[in-house]
Amino acid sequence: MSELLHYLEIARHILASLSLLGGGFFVVAGAIGVLRMPDFYTRVHAAGVTDTLGAVLVLFGLILLSGFTLLSAKLALVGVFLLLTSPTATHAVTNAAHIAGLKPRLGTYRTAPPPEEDNTKGPIA
Amino acid sequence: MGYAVSLSLAMAALWLVLSGHYDSTLLLSIGAGASVFSVFLAWRLHILDEETSPYHKVWRLFLYWPWLWWEVIKTNITIVRTILSPDMVLTPRMVRVKELPRTDMARIIFANSITLTPGTVSVDLDDDEIIVHAVLKEMTNKNDFAAMGARCAKAWGEKGSLS
Repeated sequence: MSELLHYLEIARHILASLSLLGGGFFVVAGAIGVLRMPDFYTRVHAAGVTDTLGAVLVLFGLILLSGFTLLSAKLALVGVFLLLTSPTATHAVTNAAHIAGLKPRLGTYRTAPPPEEDNTKGPIA
Repeated sequence: MGYAVSLSLAMAALWLVLSGHYDSTLLLSIGAGASVFSVFLAWRLHILDEETSPYHKVWRLFLYWPWLWWEVIKTNITIVRTILSPDMVLTPRMVRVKELPRTDMARIIFANSITLTPGTVSVDLDDDEIIVHAVLKEMTNKNDFAAMGARCAKAWGEKGSLS
């Protein structure tokens, strides 16, 4: 029995670490998206990745680390309020842009291909 | 009356979780007084109704959340794939969603769900339509919006089809 509890404890920490790492990955991916996207409306979508899966995975990892305590309940409350308020804030920002008359860029957007490397000017012909 | 009692209990539970005091009679009575007073303020503002305190239908919302989360995870993976691909191809679209739930609260849940799933943001909410900005054209499927709208209507206890 105590052996099983021991393994559960190890699994909890491994799961918490994976969750925190995954959350970090999604937050960084969202930040890269904000930098790569072409205009305001598309950047909002990239920020949404950070808002949802990134934040929730980090919170879930922290809940696993702190175990069955009052701190976990508070972290879960933070998650609930975050999920209720962040879409509202996103909607408020985009709605303000829409009312102010900012036109979205529609159609197809493609990142320009990287410039081809110039091999003709090498030091050795 | 049911709204007042359920909201008081919810406020008391919130106070207990956030403060963490269980043993001091003075602090507990102050917390109970604060809970009841906040419900009194809600009553005086005339907002003590089923939108503030939906105790009899909250279980339907809890049934809706797992489905919404599955959608959020799927669209997150799609968007992150798009962001991290070396040749990022975006096909932004603005679409009007006409099939909406009938009650205000179900519409708010619908618009918030659209915004919560990455790749679609509800830009404007009118009486008869929601204007949605989508970053990939695959995400503007009419049937997908109708399915989500029907689930939101069900989560708020509406019966029948969308308007």
